[in-house]
Amino acid sequence: MWLEEHPILDFSSKRPKLVKFYFEGKEMWGYEGLPIAASLHANGIKVYRYSTRLNRPRGFFCAIGKCSSCFMVVDGVPNVRTCITPLREGMRIERQRGLGKIDLNLIQGEAGSDDNV
Amino acid sequence: MTMSKSPAEIFGYSFPDIRETQLLIVGGGPAGLSAALQALKLGLKVTLVESGLELGGQLVKQTHKFFGSSLERAGTRGFRIAQELIKELTPFKGSGQLEVYLSTTAIAVYPERIVLLSQLSGKVFPIKPKAMIIATGAQERMLPFPNNDLPGIYGAGGIQTLMNQYGVKPGKRALIVGAGNIGLIVAYQLLQAGVEVIAILEAMDRIGGWWVHAAKVRRYGVPILLKHTISRAIGKEKVEGAVIAEITPDGLKDKYQVECDLIGISVGLTPTVDLLRQANVKMKYVAFMGGFVPLRDREMRTSQSWIWVAGDSAGIEEASTAMIEGQIASTSVAKWLGYISEEEAKREIDQLWARLGYLREAEVSSKVRKGLEEVLVTWGG
Ligand SMILES: Cc1cc2nc3c(=O)[nH]c(=O)nc-3n(C[C@H](O)[C@H](O)[C@H](O)COP(=O)(O)OP(=O)(O)OC[C@H]3O[C@@H](n4cnc5c(N)ncnc54)[C@H](O)[C@@H]3O)c2cc1C
Ligand code: FES
Repeated sequence: MWLEEHPILDFSSKRPKLVKFYFEGKEMWGYEGLPIAASLHANGIKVYRYSTRLNRPRGFFCAIGKCSSCFMVVDGVPNVRTCITPLREGMRIERQRGLGKIDLNLIQGEAGSDDNV
Repeated sequence: MTMSKSPAEIFGYSFPDIRETQLLIVGGGPAGLSAALQALKLGLKVTLVESGLELGGQLVKQTHKFFGSSLERAGTRGFRIAQELIKELTPFKGSGQLEVYLSTTAIAVYPERIVLLSQLSGKVFPIKPKAMIIATGAQERMLPFPNNDLPGIYGAGGIQTLMNQYGVKPGKRALIVGAGNIGLIVAYQLLQAGVEVIAILEAMDRIGGWWVHAAKVRRYGVPILLKHTISRAIGKEKVEGAVIAEITPDGLKDKYQVECDLIGISVGLTPTVDLLRQANVKMKYVAFMGGFVPLRDREMRTSQSWIWVAGDSAGIEEASTAMIEGQIASTSVAKWLGYISEEEAKREIDQLWARLGYLREAEVSSKVRKGLEEVLVTWGG
């Protein structure tokens, strides 16, 4: 559930656009630019992967990209830290089971400084 | 521990065009932001990298008014302090004096003064600074108990991020473990967000945090159970409840079983020092400062002459002191690189130390003062 009213904080500026994405094939809505994990949690999804050896459910934990608890498969790429990866329109997000396989062709990107200062 | 291998040794080639910068600051919390501001004012060229999506570190999650002195912006709510610092940085962005990389993590330090940066997009690139300030903050400790890995059991910081930074209600009924300042503040913030808080458990026989924070949650009728802890969590796919135990001389005695969909663990922080270790900086275990911390001189310089530290990564303390330490470190870097004279630097650093002294006078800082005695050194040469 998203917080709408808060005695001190105003979230409206951080919620520019509601976009559609898919969790295990199911259509859901979330805010573009916020971490994937935040939108999943707001949609009531708390289990993000199953652990490698004991198959235990794992959710989000540190929320700052340090613990690996929130690894999911995003658009086919496994081991994505969903707590710090921004949601984009149309993303396909799957629970990760075990280690996941990396297709190196899928990983690419440019270095660039951000303008949020 | 030995220094990491060079990129050439590891990758079999050297990086093509290595970006250069004067000062690399790792971490965009209050320590890193203040260090950046100070360095920019003194004329240095600064590259600031932050692994998160936005700048501010712990500050962006804090809705309460900060303690400390007004010079360090006490009385202002944490997230506003972050906004103010970021605003002060803005003019330097246009001038090309400041470069900020968000979603970028410093992952390795090499002896040739090369630091490897990894971006969320998958891109990894090296940067070569003349000096580096490590302001990577802290990470939370975990508590061992059965089922502590169930979804719904989060660090207090995780709850704050979800709730105060992203605006997600983290659960309906919460149990908090740890009545230090952070546990108390998070409990209060949960109440503000409309989450029911069943109780706050504290293993010690007294509340660790400040009375103001304790009073706020008590006013809401939230019990703080001293000498109690969680003995296990209940649930299959996610947390559904917990067993609360009393800590007795004969061990844990289970006392209550409660229903909850959220458990917040707040049992202390430990400095994030991975990069310092990689750089082979001399460290020491100091319980009062949260774990292994770097030895440093009065100017926050470590045993590696090109590396400085500031903030929680130098020892768990406060945003107020983190900001001053950041300024001290940058002043020292500016002196080293010849941007200000010895005398100017000394005057500035003496003043900053006077402010640190004032902030550390309080009784709650006695641990920090003791810890400092163990890590403050004078480097020869
Ligand atoms: C609930 C709570 C209440 C508090 N209340 C107060 C108060 O009232 N008054 C007060 O003075 N203090 C308070 N504090 C303490 C204060 O928030 C911290 O002491 C302060 O934030 C430390 O600043 P920092 O810059 O060292 O670290 P942080 O704020 O933790 O910032 C470190 C930054 O470094 C980034 N980072 C880490 N590793 C890397 C890497 N390898 N590459 C790139 N970036 C990296 C992190 O993402 C983070 O943004 C409170 C803390 C908490 C949790
Ligand atoms: S929750 Fe820890 S890395 Fe994402």
